Amino acid sequence: MPINRRKFIDALLSLGGLGGIVAIVYPAFSFLKPPKTAEGTVNSVKAGIASDFQVNSSKIIKFGRKPVILVKIENDEFRAFSATCTHLDCIVQYRTDTKQITCACHNGIYDLKGRNVSGPPPRPLDEYSVKVVQDEIIITNQAG
Amino acid sequence: MFSKYISKLETWLDTRYDINRVTSLIKHKKVPVHKFSLFYYLGGITLFLFIVQVITGILLLMYYKPGEESAYESVRFIVTEVSFGWLIRNVHSWSANLMVLFAFGHMFSVFFTKAYERPRELTWVTGMILLLLAMGFGFSGYLLPWNELAFFATKVGTDIASVVPFFGDTIKEVLRGGDDVTGATLSRFYGIHVAILPLFTTIFLVMHLFFVQKQGMHEPSSFKKLPEEKKRYTPFFPNFALKDALLWIIVFNILIFLALIFPWELGLKADPFAPAPPGIKPEWYFMFMFQTLKVIPAHVLFIEGEVLGVFAFGIAGLLWILVPFIKVKEKSGAKIQLMTIIGIVVIVFIVSMTIIGYLE
Repeated sequence: MPINRRKFIDALLSLGGLGGIVAIVYPAFSFLKPPKTAEGTVNSVKAGIASDFQVNSSKIIKFGRKPVILVKIENDEFRAFSATCTHLDCIVQYRTDTKQITCACHNGIYDLKGRNVSGPPPRPLDEYSVKVVQDEIIITNQAG
Repeated sequence: MFSKYISKLETWLDTRYDINRVTSLIKHKKVPVHKFSLFYYLGGITLFLFIVQVITGILLLMYYKPGEESAYESVRFIVTEVSFGWLIRNVHSWSANLMVLFAFGHMFSVFFTKAYERPRELTWVTGMILLLLAMGFGFSGYLLPWNELAFFATKVGTDIASVVPFFGDTIKEVLRGGDDVTGATLSRFYGIHVAILPLFTTIFLVMHLFFVQKQGMHEPSSFKKLPEEKKRYTPFFPNFALKDALLWIIVFNILIFLALIFPWELGLKADPFAPAPPGIKPEWYFMFMFQTLKVIPAHVLFIEGEVLGVFAFGIAGLLWILVPFIKVKEKSGAKIQLMTIIGIVVIVFIVSMTIIGYLE
């Protein structure tokens, strides 16, 4: 098929134009995507003195940049879970009256094993392991 | 005395820019008079409130400082230290809410009078885009004071974006400026609120108003059926314009009344490491969606409830925007048409879900 000069120039210009648009859009879009900051790989944090912590109470701990909820249950046992609700990212809290972990945003309820027992959360809360070493609470990432 | 100068100015402009074409358009424009005439004012009121938003927004910009450590403090400074700062902020918040309310009213009045039908399809589409932009203004502006309620509402709102297949996480990251709602999110929302949305709103507003001027006011079918001699019209200028102006003054008074009597609380500063307080609520116009997400169970068959909810709203919203292009056969004998029933169902759903959301 013979290609005349006009068609050739048209094709060349369209290709160039398309390339030009990509050359503008791609950097602009990449600019909008935030750079990955090296996440300090936190594997464990100290969360205070065990004996100061009251039974049937909770505390939110900064685990790197993530919030972790630490609960002291009846038999002086500590449990720690990711404090980020698996539903829509709100921060959960411990209810001393019902002894459950709840999310106020959409009434999501988790039991003290982090299992989603009621409301919209689709998954259990990620669990962290808690150790008490010389009366100091240490929370460790189970995966880490 | 003034009229002499005005006519001189008119002639001066006309010889250079041919403005007579515009003035004659205004002089000949007429508005039909019928039992639904009141609906014609809703769009104008929305426009008026938008103008109030622009003015108060520019004023707030003079003091507002985005940033995790400065946003809340600067808003507190505005409402406690700056002369009439409390008034400007309250008017901005109230006007935003009233603007969305009137936009909804405008939309439903257009829907029920079928004003979206040919040839006004694009007026409807641009109007719907403007409504979505207004909701975007509400959502982005809500975060700017960086208080607790806004922080969690934004967490929830942006997390919903991650439900979108393939691009969900990218959208969420781009919106948040990272994995989490932080100061980076605040900077972005600020940029969206004061630059991106105003730009698009201006473009679509000009298109919307141009279409309305070009095609004139829609006449409902009951009016169209009347014999020519029974159709009554009122001139747009000055009759309709003056009534419009009077209504704007009334709305302005209501706005000031609300701003004075019901001030907008600033609340507590956002703390990313504090549990979500009970009573997290989005702005009222997102409440029906928020409440629906709340009542959908975690899993419906094999789909996550929230995915299902977000998709249902997405598809419903898209269909609503495309309403003028959807052909529905009308039964000539029917007392109530299918589209009217759909409209009523939509309103009942929105209103009841909103009420349930506030009662819980």
